[in-house]
Amino acid sequence: MKYIYYPGCSLKSTGKLYEESLLAVFRALNIDYVELNDWNCCGATAYMAIDEDKAFVLAARNLALAEEQLKGEEEVNIVAPCSACYMVLLKTQKYLKENPADMRKVQTALYESGLAYRGKARIRHPLDVFINDLGEKEISKAIKKPLTGLRVVPYYGCQTVRPYSTFEDQRNPVSMDRLFKAAGAEIVDWTMKTRCCGASLTGTIQEVALPLSYVILHEAKKRRADVITTACSLCQFNLECYQTDIDKKFKTDLKIDVLYFTQLLGLALGIPPVELGIQRLFSAPDNVFKILEGGDHVYV
Amino acid sequence: MDRSKLAESFALDNTATDIIEIKRRIKYENELDKGFRKKIAESAHGEKLYGCIQCGTCSAACPVSHYMDYTPRKIIQMVREGFKTEVLNSSTVWLCASCYACTVECPKGIKITDVMYALKREAISGGYKHKNFPASVLASNFFSQVLNNGRNSEGPLLLKIYLKTNPFMLFKNMMLGFKLWRRGRISMKTEHIKDKKALKKLLQSMDNMKEAAVI
Ligand code: SF4
Ligand code: SF4
Repeated sequence: MKYIYYPGCSLKSTGKLYEESLLAVFRALNIDYVELNDWNCCGATAYMAIDEDKAFVLAARNLALAEEQLKGEEEVNIVAPCSACYMVLLKTQKYLKENPADMRKVQTALYESGLAYRGKARIRHPLDVFINDLGEKEISKAIKKPLTGLRVVPYYGCQTVRPYSTFEDQRNPVSMDRLFKAAGAEIVDWTMKTRCCGASLTGTIQEVALPLSYVILHEAKKRRADVITTACSLCQFNLECYQTDIDKKFKTDLKIDVLYFTQLLGLALGIPPVELGIQRLFSAPDNVFKILEGGDHVYV
Repeated sequence: MDRSKLAESFALDNTATDIIEIKRRIKYENELDKGFRKKIAESAHGEKLYGCIQCGTCSAACPVSHYMDYTPRKIIQMVREGFKTEVLNSSTVWLCASCYACTVECPKGIKITDVMYALKREAISGGYKHKNFPASVLASNFFSQVLNNGRNSEGPLLLKIYLKTNPFMLFKNMMLGFKLWRRGRISMKTEHIKDKKALKKLLQSMDNMKEAAVI
């Protein structure tokens, strides 16, 4: 089966390392993918705040393009790694299904610019693909450098699981836990799995956003986590890139590594760090490297 | 006695004198906007909003409710009653991070996040600007960028917002920007799709249909 890869804007800029690591993992696991031709922005949260109709038609254009690109295939699976994209595409599909009048409007508009949307596309999150299409068995077989002894806190964030997710529980998601258990890591259970990181508020109202990221980092630290894994470009950005600001504001010394889950998985699969965009992180994840090299692991 | 003198005599700072000003804080029924709730309910898919039982679950689930001037529960009630100006001027609308926690937990199935979106749309189109919150500027600039190019370019977008709203933030974030740039994680290039014409047409068709519906 071939997957359509829908990157969205952030995987081409601040989330470049997410793209690099995701595609490297896809290749290592023999997952066949192709990037969506001439995709456009999903509209994210900002678009809904201005014009909902246009937000829906924008998202639907991507779905239509995907159906067109995989014409003739039985199933059209779109992989949307950014959680905002994932949620917006799902929301659009669900909304259009429930509101035939709006569906007609969107279909007409698409038709006028030479596209057709039939509602066939399935929207998938990479976690969904790894766990449900591939399965833990396949993944654990492919692991070359087990993460034995690494304390991982899986952080899912909000929009990957809320409110439309097709593969996860909205309050206690477990797919990432299962994935890293299969990779040999020690999973730390915690209550912050789906807490909001502050999202785009870090760019606009930092007084509010920084404390939100802080409670997540603080909780992870308290549970002696070695690494936080995320599945969203905004989460990763907020938790990693604002850590120095947070340290200053709350007089802490957090120093906790925040990796995309695909980066950590890639390392366990034996993919060289450069191919996973590890060099693009603000600091090298030494804790992880130590484990991979089989060195002694010490808790601080 | 003028206000600053009064303040001095009570050893209060100047800002506190606002409290002394006598103002009616409740509204009479005839001052409320009766059509408001219908408008918002329509714009936020559904009349479930009317069925709110004021349980406060949404406010409890909301990660930012303690910063808001009205919590999500209060906003729902105020929308129902027609406190239009208060709602649209509130910080709540712009503090909402669209995390959907409230929507998932609401026992009455009210899509509170969609209500917040509807309020954002109302506030922007009605010209309500909250000077402390550039979130509306972010949304509008994002919108025009995607409208024209089909894609969003994070670098130029942020630069524009900071210049427009808070040059101080720009200065503060320069270091961060530099760090990102060195790691190839941000660029000042404007991204766009190939088929910009088709996109324009698509959005135009949407507009035409809307107009047709109005006529
Ligand atoms: S959770 Fe739902 S029913 Fe309860 S106060 Fe909030 S909107 Fe009303
Ligand atoms: S969607 Fe908005 S109002 Fe609802 S819980 Fe999240 S931040 Fe609060």
